[in-house]
Amino acid sequence: MKYRLFLVAALIFAASFPDFSIAQAVKVKPAKSPAAKKADPVKSDTPATESKTTINKAPVLLPAVKTGISFWSSASSALPFPELPYEYGALEPVIDKLTVEIHYDRHHRAYYNNFMKAIADTKMASMPITEIFANIAEFPVAVRNNGGGFYNHVLYWENMSPKGGGEPTGELAEMIKKYFGSFSAFTEKFNEAAKSRFGSGWAWLSYDPLNGELFVSSTANQDNPLMQVAERKGIPLLALDVWEHAYYLKYQNKRADYVTEFWKMVNWPEVDKRLKAAVGR
Amino acid sequence: MNFEFPSLPYAYDALEPHIDKLTMEIHHTKHHRAYFDKFVAAVAGTELESKTLEEIFAGISKAPVAVRNNGGGFFNHNLFWEILSPNGGGQPTGKLAEAIAAKFGSFDEFKTRFNDAAANRFGSGWAWLSVKADNSLCVCSSPNQDNPLMDVHDCQGTPILGLDVWEHAYYLKYQNRRPDYIGAFWSLVNWEKVSENYMKALK
Repeated sequence: MKYRLFLVAALIFAASFPDFSIAQAVKVKPAKSPAAKKADPVKSDTPATESKTTINKAPVLLPAVKTGISFWSSASSALPFPELPYEYGALEPVIDKLTVEIHYDRHHRAYYNNFMKAIADTKMASMPITEIFANIAEFPVAVRNNGGGFYNHVLYWENMSPKGGGEPTGELAEMIKKYFGSFSAFTEKFNEAAKSRFGSGWAWLSYDPLNGELFVSSTANQDNPLMQVAERKGIPLLALDVWEHAYYLKYQNKRADYVTEFWKMVNWPEVDKRLKAAVGR
Repeated sequence: MNFEFPSLPYAYDALEPHIDKLTMEIHHTKHHRAYFDKFVAAVAGTELESKTLEEIFAGISKAPVAVRNNGGGFFNHNLFWEILSPNGGGQPTGKLAEAIAAKFGSFDEFKTRFNDAAANRFGSGWAWLSVKADNSLCVCSSPNQDNPLMDVHDCQGTPILGLDVWEHAYYLKYQNRRPDYIGAFWSLVNWEKVSENYMKALK
C-alpha cells in the first residue's frame, strides 16, 4: 500500500517539522468558534443576488496547517469536525458570507455527520480516511459520498484565506513551472478543469507520488484524487469546489466568474505545506 | 434546423411562492438557453442535425458528450416547464391515476417513491416518472442531464414527469433544503399535461 508507506514517511517528517506538531494539528475544537455558532435558519426569501454589506470582524488566522497529515492519520471515527479557519464573512467579496455559512455549517457538517454514521461499528471506523479512500470501491456509496464531502471541504476551507492570492513561491512555484510551463499556464489548465466539470464536482492540483509529478484534474460529485476510483490518483494539494452550492447565491450560472475570483483567496503557504508533506521532505 | 428554444408557458413569477421569479428567470434564460445553444452548436453540420431528440438519445452512447449533456439539458427543461403550472397540484385522474394505483398501490406511495428518487440523487440530476416499453410506469433518477430516453440509462422509457434536482433549480430559495423544494413541487404539477404525456407514450 503505497499510501500507507507515504503516510508513515509523512508522519516522521511531520514530527520533525517545527510548526506542525501533532498537538497543533489536532487542535480542533468541535463547535465553539464564532464561526460555528448556531446560524439563524436561512430565510428563504433572502434576495440572493445582492451581496449584503456585512461588517466583518478581523479574520482570525489560525496556523495554516491545521488538519495536516497527522490529523488525517487517526482512526476515522476519532476525527472531529474542524472549525472554519476564519469568520464566515472573511472571504467577502469573493465568496459571500451567507454562502460560506450554509456551505460550512449545513453542507459540510452534513457530510461529516453522515460519514460518521456510515462508518460507525464497521471496520472503517478504525481506518484512516486516506486508507478508506484507497479502497473506496469495496465500501458503501454513502461512505464515498460523505467521506469525500467531509475531507474535500476541509481542504477547500484551508486552502483559502482572507489574506490569500498572489502566486506561490519556493519549491511549489518551481514545480508548477516545471510541470505546466508557467504559473499562468497552470491556472489556465486548472480553470478549464473547473469550468468543464459537468454537473457537481471538484477541480484539483495534486501530487503524483509514483512519478513525482504535479497534475491537474477534476472529479465528479464528492470524489477526490485519493480515491481508488479516481481517473488519476494523487495527493490533493489545492481543491476547488464547483458544486453549484459553492457559488450559486452570488454567481448563479456564472461559474467561470467564481473560478476566476477564487485565485484571490488561494492560501499558497498552505498549498506549499501540503506539497512538502506529500513529497516527504 | 428543427430545434426551437421554447418560451416559458407562464410568467417567471407564476410559480411563486414555490419557485421564485429570479430562479425561474435565470433557469430559463441562462441555464436552459445555454444548453440549447450548445446543443445546436454541437450538432450543427453533423448527421444528428436532421434527427429528432428522441432518435439522438436512442444512440447517445455513440454521440459526443457535448450532445449528451446539452441535448439532455435542452429536452429535460422543455418537459419540466410543461409539467409545471401555476394552477397545478392535486392528483391525476383517469387512466394515469389508475396506472399509478396499479403500479405503486396508491398515489401517496408513488409520491414517496418519487420523493426518494429525487432526494437520493447525489449531486446534480433529475427524478422521473416514465413509461417503459411494456407500458408500465417506472420511477427513477438520472445523473446530470441524462434522461430515460438515453440508451445509457439504466431504466429506459418515455419520461412523462420530470423534476430537476440540480442545485440551480432551487438554491436561491431553498439552499441546502432540497426536500422542501421537492415537497413544494407537488403543488405545481400539471397533471393534465402529465396525463397527456402518458397517453402519448403508451404503445
